Order: sequence, then C-alpha cells, then structure tokens
Amino acid sequence: MAGVTARRARKQRAFRWIVVIVLGLFFLVPLFAMLMFTIREPDGHYTFETWRQFFDWPQLASTYPDLWTGMRSSGELVLLTVALMLVLLVPTVVWVRLRLPWLRRVIEFICLLPLTIPAIVLVVGLAPVYAWVTYFLGGSPMTLTFAYTVLVLPYAYRAIDAGLSGIDVKTLSEAARSLGSSWGTVMWRVVLPNIRSAVLSASFLTVALVLGEFTIASLLNRTNLQVAVELLGKSSATMSVAVSLAALVLAFILLFALSFAGRRRGQNRRSIRETS
Amino acid sequence: MTFQERPLDRDASSVGAAGGRDTVPTPTSNSVAVHLNGLRRRFGGVQALDNLDLEMAPGELIALLGPSGCGKTTALRVLAGLEDADSGRVLVGGKDITELPANRRDMGMVFQAYSLFPHLTALQNVEFGLGLRRVRSAQRRERAGAMLDLVGIGTHADRYPHQLSGGQQQRVALARALAIQPQVLLLDEPLSALDAKVRVQLRDEIRRIQLEVGTTTLFVTHDQEEALAVADRVGVMRAGRLEQLGPPDEVYQRPSTAFVADFVGLSNRLPGTVSGDRVEVLGTALPLVPGAASGIGSGAVNALVRPEAVDLAVDPDGRGRVLAASFLGPTSRVSVAMPDETMVVAQVASALLPELAPGTAVRIELRPVPVVVEAA
Amino acid sequence: MTTVAHQPDAAPVDQHRDPVPASAKWRAGWRRGRQLTGVVPFFAFIVVFLVIPTLVVAVGAFGSNDGRPTLDNLSALGDGYIVDAFVRSILLSAVTAVIGAILGALLAYALVTAKPDGILRRLVTSACGVLAQFGGVMLAFAFIATIGLSGFVTLFLKDQLGIDLYSGGVWLFDLPGLMLVYTYFQIPLMVIVFLPALDGIRPQWREATESLGGSTWQYWRRVAMPLLAPAFLGSTLLLFANAFSAYATAAALVSQGSPIVPLQIRSALTSEVVLGQQNLGKAMALGMVVVVAVVMWLYAYLQKRTSRWLG
Repeated sequence: MAGVTARRARKQRAFRWIVVIVLGLFFLVPLFAMLMFTIREPDGHYTFETWRQFFDWPQLASTYPDLWTGMRSSGELVLLTVALMLVLLVPTVVWVRLRLPWLRRVIEFICLLPLTIPAIVLVVGLAPVYAWVTYFLGGSPMTLTFAYTVLVLPYAYRAIDAGLSGIDVKTLSEAARSLGSSWGTVMWRVVLPNIRSAVLSASFLTVALVLGEFTIASLLNRTNLQVAVELLGKSSATMSVAVSLAALVLAFILLFALSFAGRRRGQNRRSIRETS
Repeated sequence: MTFQERPLDRDASSVGAAGGRDTVPTPTSNSVAVHLNGLRRRFGGVQALDNLDLEMAPGELIALLGPSGCGKTTALRVLAGLEDADSGRVLVGGKDITELPANRRDMGMVFQAYSLFPHLTALQNVEFGLGLRRVRSAQRRERAGAMLDLVGIGTHADRYPHQLSGGQQQRVALARALAIQPQVLLLDEPLSALDAKVRVQLRDEIRRIQLEVGTTTLFVTHDQEEALAVADRVGVMRAGRLEQLGPPDEVYQRPSTAFVADFVGLSNRLPGTVSGDRVEVLGTALPLVPGAASGIGSGAVNALVRPEAVDLAVDPDGRGRVLAASFLGPTSRVSVAMPDETMVVAQVASALLPELAPGTAVRIELRPVPVVVEAA
Repeated sequence: MTTVAHQPDAAPVDQHRDPVPASAKWRAGWRRGRQLTGVVPFFAFIVVFLVIPTLVVAVGAFGSNDGRPTLDNLSALGDGYIVDAFVRSILLSAVTAVIGAILGALLAYALVTAKPDGILRRLVTSACGVLAQFGGVMLAFAFIATIGLSGFVTLFLKDQLGIDLYSGGVWLFDLPGLMLVYTYFQIPLMVIVFLPALDGIRPQWREATESLGGSTWQYWRRVAMPLLAPAFLGSTLLLFANAFSAYATAAALVSQGSPIVPLQIRSALTSEVVLGQQNLGKAMALGMVVVVAVVMWLYAYLQKRTSRWLG
C-alpha cells in the first residue's frame, strides 16, 4: 500500500540528504584544502614532512618556540580559567539562590552583560586595568585568566543556572544542614555532585572559549595558542595551517565524544506518539 | 442555547478545498458509518494491528480500551490517516478512504495534550479549520464562538493556550475538532494528562456534547472506568486485535475472555474444576460464560470472579479469615485468606464493616453469575 | 547568642510602640550584611574586570586626552572613514546573518527530521559547535588554504577548468572575502541556536492541522512559520551581533587597511603615530556596544516569546 506517511518520510529523507550533502561540501572543502595545503609541495609532489614535524614534539618546540609557548600557555590558561570561573560562580549562584533571592536578577543581568560587550570593546576598557595587573602580577600570559573569566560568564552562568534549576537546592541544603553539615560540606558533598553535568558543560564551554580566544590576548600583547598560530602564519604558512587543522579536528572529536555523554533530549515527545 | 436550535450549515462548511466531500451513503452502508476492515500494521517487532475489524454505527461512541502497546492508538491514527496500515481498508460512509491523506478525510481529532496552536487564541484555534475551508470571517467567528459556548468556555475565547488550564485546553481542542463538523470525531486519550477530578467532569461533558451533536466518535483510552462511563460500546484490545466488543455492562458482566475480565474491573482468580457448562469454585457450581471453556476442556482451571459476586457471612466455623478491609464509601472491599492461602476479595456494604475486623472467621458464598476461566 | 536569650523579655515592651523591635531590626540588618559577604568576591571581581573597563570606555568616549569632558570623540565618529567602517561592518554582519540564518535553518530542519539520537545529528551538531565557537584565526587560514592565491580550490579551478577566481582582483582579503569566511561560522551558529526552537515544534500541531483539513503548505504558512518566526528573527539578530563583534578572523585575514570597525579600533589602540587616537577608539567601542546592546535586547525579547510558545 502506497502509504501517505511513508511518502512523506521519503520526501523528508531526500530533502535531508540534499541539504546535508550540499552544505557538507561547503564545510568540508576548506578542511580538505587545509590538508592538501599541508602535504602538497609547490611542484605538485606530496610530502608528509610537515606532519612528521608536527608530531615530533621536542623538535617542534625547538623549531617553533613561540608556537610551543602559545600552546603551553593556552593549556595553562584553560585550567586557571575553569578554576576561577567555578570558584567565583558556583558558590555565589548557590548562595544567592539560598539566601539572597532578591539578588538573583542582578546576578543574572551582570553575568549576561558580557554578551553585549564585544571582546574588542572589552580590550579597550581592559587596557588601563591590565596596566595595573602587569604592575602587580607581571606581564605573564596567565593574567589573561581574569579577562577570560569575564568572557565565559554568560555561558557558564546559563549552564550552572540551568543545572541548579533542575534540582531543589533549598530543600537539599536544608536536609543536609538538618543532618549536621556545615556550609562547606553542603556545597562540596551535596550541591556539587547534583549539578555535576552542569559544571561539566560550563567547564567545557570555558575550555572551548579559552582555546579559541585571540582578540584579547593579541591586543594585550600576550601569547596564547591563537596568537602564536597567527604569528606563525607569517613565517611558516604550512605549519600554521597544519596546527589549525589539527586543532579543529581535535575539537571536533572532543565535542563528538561529549555528545554521547550528554543527556538525551527530545525523547519524551517521541514517546507520546508510540504509546498505544 | 442548545446546539439543535442553531444548526450549523453543513454545505457552507464544505465549499472550497473540501468541496464534494459529502458522499451520500449507499443504502447498504446506511447503518455503518465507519468500517475498519482487516487492518494490519507492524512497527519493528511489534504487531500493533493484527487483522483488526471494527464497524461503527452512525452517531455511536465506541471506546477502544486496552493496555499501552495494544494498538488502540494505532487504530485511531490509521483511521485519521496519520499512520499507514500495512494492509486492510478504511471505509467511512461506505467510501473507501484508505488512500486518502489525512487532510482530506474530514475527521476531527483531539490529542492527548499540547495540540492547541500556541500562537493563536482559543477562538482563533477553533476558527482555524473553518479558515482552511474558506468560511467567511464573520460566519467563522460566530460559529467558533458557538462551539466555545458548547464546550463551556465561551468566556475565555481571547485567551492563549498557555493562559488556560489543561482541562480548558482540552475543551478548546474539542471545540476545534467539532467546529469543522467532522464525519468522525477521534479522541486520543484526551483526558489522560488531566487531574482525576477534572477528568471525570470532562468525561461526562464529552459524552453530553457528543450526544448533542451526534457525531460518530472513536474514543481511545487505557482507563476502563472512563471507557465504561462514556461509550455506547467498548472494544477491549490486546496485541492488535479486538478481544471483545460490546455494551459496557456486557463487557463488564460477561467478559468473553480472561484477559477482558482481568483488564475491565477487578477479578479474583480462584481455582476451580470445569465439568460441562459449569465450573465448581469453593464448593459452588457457577455457570460458564458461553464458549469460555472452549480450548480448555474440563479439569482444573482458574475462574475469574468479581468481588461483587462474593458474599461474606460471619461464621465461627467459616474457613476464611478476614485479612484487611478498605473503605471505599458506600461499599468496602474485604480481603479474605482461605486455608489453602488463596486470597478472595469481596465487595460488601460498608455497613457490614464493623463486624468484619481482621481475624474474623467468615464463610464465603459465590453468586451464580456466569464467569470466565483460564487454564490453571 | 546573648541577644537570642535576651529577646523574649525585650519584645513585649517594645511591641506597643514599634511592631519591629529595634534590636530585631538591627539583627536583621546584621544578618543581611553577613549574608552579603558571601557575594563580595564575585562583585569585587566584576567591579574590577567588568564595571571599570565598561566605565573606561563610556567615560573615555566623552573625554579628551587631558581628561576634560568633550564631545570631540563622538563627533569624530561622523568622519567619513569611520562612518564607512560602520556601514561596512553593518553590511557584512547583515548579509552574513541573513545568509547564515537561511542556510542554517535549512540544515537545522534537515537535522530534526533525522533521528534525535542518530549519528547524523551528533556529527553535524558537533561540527557546528567547533566551527561556530572555535574558529577565528584558524578559519581565516582554512580559507587562505582554500581560495588563497595558492589555495587548493584556486589552483584546481585555474589548472583544471581554466577559471581565474581573482580575475577581477583579489577579493579574499577584502569585504567579499570576509563575507564568505563569516558565512562559514554563521551557518553553524544558526544551527546551534535554532535547533532548540525546531525541537519545540510538536508533531501534534502538524497532525491537528491535517485532521482539520490543512495541506502541508497551509501547515507551514499558518502554523509552523508564525510559530518559528520569532525564533528565526531572534537567531538572525544573534548572528548579526556575532558577526558585528567578531575580530579574530578579520584580523588574521586583512593585513592592509581597516575596512570594518573592530579593525579600526585595533589601529586606534595600537597606533603610536597619531596621539589622541586612544579616546577615538573608545568612542568607536561605545558605538559598537550601542549597536550590539540594541540587537541583543531585541533578541532577548523575541527569545522570551519563543520560550513561551516552543518551550
């Protein structure tokens, strides 16, 4: 029987594949071109020299010291920023929910504010502040942690706030308090384990943002991965493209792996159709 | 206002895209509004419909009842044209509509929940189907208003769905489905997302409205009380087939299979012995529902006995011991343990409750109403 | 603790004059103050790294180099080259936002027709996450490798098909090039922000439309499109703000001149030749904030409606 719904499903499938293939080409061609760029010599021969160099870390570090420094400082910045973001945000948001509910709107407004302030604008305002930071803490790239924490506030706040909305923080903490826990224990042993996935996703957003950040580091004259890659582009185009491609692929693999860890959505709605 | 005083002009509603949809029923199909014929449908490994046959008389309300996964919703969706059958035919008013897409089938449908368009007010939701049929706006508004009055929600016409309670939303959904004067009204568990009290109220209201407009209606539910309360006939489904189809009292009092007896109402499973057309249970010979023992033959069986067919008498020599009693209002349910550890649940007048304290010795008497049996 | 023991005695006396005893008032204030200490670190951080920078920009825009209030910086925004930069920035953002929104919405719709937990959807959303949020410098390099002067596609077209991409001049490092590269990260961003709205569309609405006699076209025209319109518009605005604020891609791609506002700000920040440029940079920054703030406010408004309909 030529089913009506079967016909629609077929149409949708055709539409889906056309769109995915056409746009997929648009997205894959540049990535493929990057690969070709790294393995093709001007005379048309292919060589994997760039990639051999890329995976030989000691040599990479000595050939491209700036790149190496940039990678390392980006790695360290990731850890520092995740730590500062969590320390600053989680206790504050929880405390406000429990004790200062009238402050909640204010905190939300503040946390979402950086969305309306482009990074390039933030740099303009941060320049004098960082003159002081350099005076007190020195000019290390690690000081970028402060600026990056501001940048991730909106995303991290949303993730953590959503996580806290999913549990009844008040009841949980009252229960823990009535059983004799201190506020520290409440935070560490009761609240945190319950918003673990929210904390994870806030941290992941932070990682992505810090690894991808260029504007502030570049204009405050501090080296991170992106600044180093950009600099490298001027001296060794092939290696800079190789690093870029590797970074994009690595980020993709990470995200793809994470999509299996995340919670599954949209399932409830489907199940309504299937119940009989 | 009653609905009959302002008859909705059927012809005016069927101009435009839907024109010519009205078919004059042929004499043979006069008493059959809807005919599902040999429907089969398989989802992966599940046989959702297994050669389902169902005939609905004009104006009749049939409730399809069954546990989840029994195929009742699939049956409704195939009738609506939202799901394909693998084989079989769907006839409405004598016309084969199996190949007709859903939007040309002329069926009003009420879903479980969330089916109102959230960007339209209650009134606009009800007008929607009329708009698709190019009914003029003044007429449309008037008719939609009348429908909202019919479902008792006229004062909320300008509210958006998110401003209405679940029960009110379902009323609007009902008005929307009826506004197009469908040939068949399809209700897909319309009450299951509502609170118990609203559920009972709306259920009775649906029946009142259905009788008033006289639309042939298929009502799908997993709640046996709901099905028994609203339907002209109840069809109990299991694994894609109709286990029994009949008036509510018949389905309840003379279930044709153990499954029906079990699913509709509460039953005791008591060991017994079949001989001829009778079954001996706890010393009483009970008549069998005709055909109930076919395929089982004679010998040891379980008989399904309703609690209200069990009488208790306080008797110091009785073999039963009262275990517990639960008060249900005018009647109460008392569970009694027999020496062989069978449990018998009896329904007694609550006035008797004081005599039946736990531990009391009682004698059990069964009323001779027909029962079904299953293999032990 | 002594105050607690004290209170039962004090309360009845005070109650005649004042419904809230003075000591209780004081204690409430003290408790509140103590509770507020919990948020002090957060606010201290915010003041130093968010409020002060914002004030620096806002105040600086209205100050001359020696600190006196002036409107010179703002009126300098009317200079031809700055107006041009704003116009180009807005054009770039608007064009890539619209193209990105349309193509991204198509892709997002293609994804919701697939299985929600299927591989296709996971693959595409992960790829979108990377390209939308991670890009910057690396995307610029990707396009240099693709359609740069010795890029893969450039060479392929020239050698195999005899087509010269740059017969009309090298456009990759100018506005057209920026548009192409920006589209490359706008489409994925659209997929990410628009997908939740599409997921909010319930199958019952389509079925209800059908049972009421509506065709597929009528469903889209009268139900799906009105429902998705706010989300679509809002997402487009978000894309606009995203492109308008973007800096890294342009900085890595454009080495000559400063066609768009972020690059103008860069040259104002780094220029040591022309003194007094610093505060002009702040005026431009303020201009950007105003544009982005208006756009984001509209976005938030539309988002609220979307969450009511499709939440």
